[in-house]
Amino acid sequence: MRNQTSAKERKGGEDFVKKKKENVPVTNATGTIVPNKKKKNPILTKDGKLAPGFRLFLMALPLFVYIFIFAYRPVAGLRYAFYNYKPPKNLTDCDFVGFQHFTNLVTNPAMQKNIVRVVKNTLGMALLGTALNWIPMVFAMFLMEIRHIKYRKLVQIITTIPNFISWVIIYSIAFSLFSSSYGMLNNVLSAINENWQRVNFLGDPSHMWIKMWAWGTWKGLGYGAIVYISTITGIDQELYEAASIDGAGRFQKMRYITLPALIPLYIVLFVMGFANLFSSGVDKLYAFQTSLNRETLETIDLYIFNQGIGSGNFSMSTAVGIVQSIVSLVLLTVANNVSKRFREGQGVF
Amino acid sequence: MKKKKKDLDMISSGVNGKRSPGDVVADVIIYIVFGLFAFACFWPFYYLFINSISNNDLVENGRILFTPVGVHFDNYSRVMKIGGIGRAALISVIRTVVGTVLHVLCTSFMGYVMSRQELWHRKFCYRYVIVTMYLSVGLIPVYMNIRSLGLINNPILYVISGIVGPYNMILVKTYVESIGQSLEESAVIDGAGYTTRFTRIILPLCKPVLASIAVFRAVGEWNAYMDTIIYMPNGKWETLQSLLFKYLNQATALAKMLERGDILDEMGQTVSISPAGVRYTLTFITVFPILLVYPYFQRFFTKGIMLGAVKG
Repeated sequence: MRNQTSAKERKGGEDFVKKKKENVPVTNATGTIVPNKKKKNPILTKDGKLAPGFRLFLMALPLFVYIFIFAYRPVAGLRYAFYNYKPPKNLTDCDFVGFQHFTNLVTNPAMQKNIVRVVKNTLGMALLGTALNWIPMVFAMFLMEIRHIKYRKLVQIITTIPNFISWVIIYSIAFSLFSSSYGMLNNVLSAINENWQRVNFLGDPSHMWIKMWAWGTWKGLGYGAIVYISTITGIDQELYEAASIDGAGRFQKMRYITLPALIPLYIVLFVMGFANLFSSGVDKLYAFQTSLNRETLETIDLYIFNQGIGSGNFSMSTAVGIVQSIVSLVLLTVANNVSKRFREGQGVF
Repeated sequence: MKKKKKDLDMISSGVNGKRSPGDVVADVIIYIVFGLFAFACFWPFYYLFINSISNNDLVENGRILFTPVGVHFDNYSRVMKIGGIGRAALISVIRTVVGTVLHVLCTSFMGYVMSRQELWHRKFCYRYVIVTMYLSVGLIPVYMNIRSLGLINNPILYVISGIVGPYNMILVKTYVESIGQSLEESAVIDGAGYTTRFTRIILPLCKPVLASIAVFRAVGEWNAYMDTIIYMPNGKWETLQSLLFKYLNQATALAKMLERGDILDEMGQTVSISPAGVRYTLTFITVFPILLVYPYFQRFFTKGIMLGAVKG
């Protein structure tokens, strides 16, 4: 969603510039020299002082430098992928190995096995999430069916809370409820049944994708529904009234009025979900990671973290990161184009 | 406001028309399902709380489920005596406050600068910032960059990372453009420079958007824990989040420490608290600020999303 809006914003921004440019001849009243005056914002004004635009630039310069250091300078770090970097040494003292780390990813059998595993986990979790991201939409549709406004507001407010707590807290809650020796669930079950064998629901590697999806949904469902809710409140009420007069029931109104109004937004979010297929993020998974569940939990992002920061295999994990970035960038471009085309076709957004 | 509420009411059927028995059944099901989900969202926090204030022995044995038993608040004072927790709380607060203020100031200034047509090479400057949103070089190069800047184990990193957010910058820029330039132009006539115009006109006018950005940023800062784990390995700059995570992962080690009486307060006295007590109490301390500000800031959360979603 971030990228989607930003792309739109950017487009809006450029339109803004164009409009202004068209205005220039009018305001100047010297339309003929405009083409020659390409450099609209010079450094100096005619009387030799610093132009306001350049002064503004100088004021923002520290921030531009900051951005260079923190966002552009890391690009230089990509070269670690082409060396055999051993941490205490300087990079220049290490062997230059070219594309060896990249070819290793596919030729070295042990590596290959790991890569297949983490790619499978990444895609599995992402596809599960994308396939089920209609849930916030349905949540919003049915939430708006609640007629007691206070109850509806209360539900909405409470279900949004989990979105604002950290994954550490969520893990702590999960630990309190589901861990084998401390978990509430095991406590209750063993109180009911004396022969109950305590199960480590958290460490158990089976159904990990679904479990992580469930935590993500618990956290994000109420929040994800807000966009849909505000779209629903934007629907013209006359449509519903007209439908009522025509004898439409509740579900018919949901099906033929509410749903069509939400579908475009849903499709945009769905497409953007594909842009993030390969980036799972580390926060969420790192909190839940144990040595037991790594097999089914470790994604590409987490693998890079574990191998790089955890075990010091900086060069190899940089190489994995480069491949991941390239694939992600391609996906993002495609998704951006698809959703842009879709939005323009609909004209809704 | 009143009118809007009334309008909303019409969405559901049965207000204008009659309600069939099917509608009633559907209503009941909807109410129950949403009630259950809301309960599932709320109850864990309640569970944490009642366990942090109940009798520690009962908590240890998992006897506290729905109501607190043997209520006492000693755990909160005891936990604060355990080495590092008070300090971690302080670090969390400082990084949240300073980080948020810096982020809001720098990002909004950047947004203002970008909204000015006369900016030198405006288009290039704008793209220069926007590109960083798409430029993902991966974790390791970023880590190497931070390391070469000497910011490993340096708490400055907490407040300095991400002080210019391109996404929020766009929000501010769009907002500034939407409020028009007439006020600013009148200030120019009065001879006000950029700094005065920014602090006296733009910042006050942008309050709604800045409030949303600040709230989201503050929540993000408070909740961050990976940066401590990645960049502060020496354990001197733990925040509440990372410390809690550490205790969760070393639950048995913590239990042993407590058993042996290794954890002493400043007076050299053994702190009498159970591992579960530490866990619940620390978790609740960490989550409490969010729960506390949530009802008040709730409207900003919602507004923030809509700024992002509708403006485009």
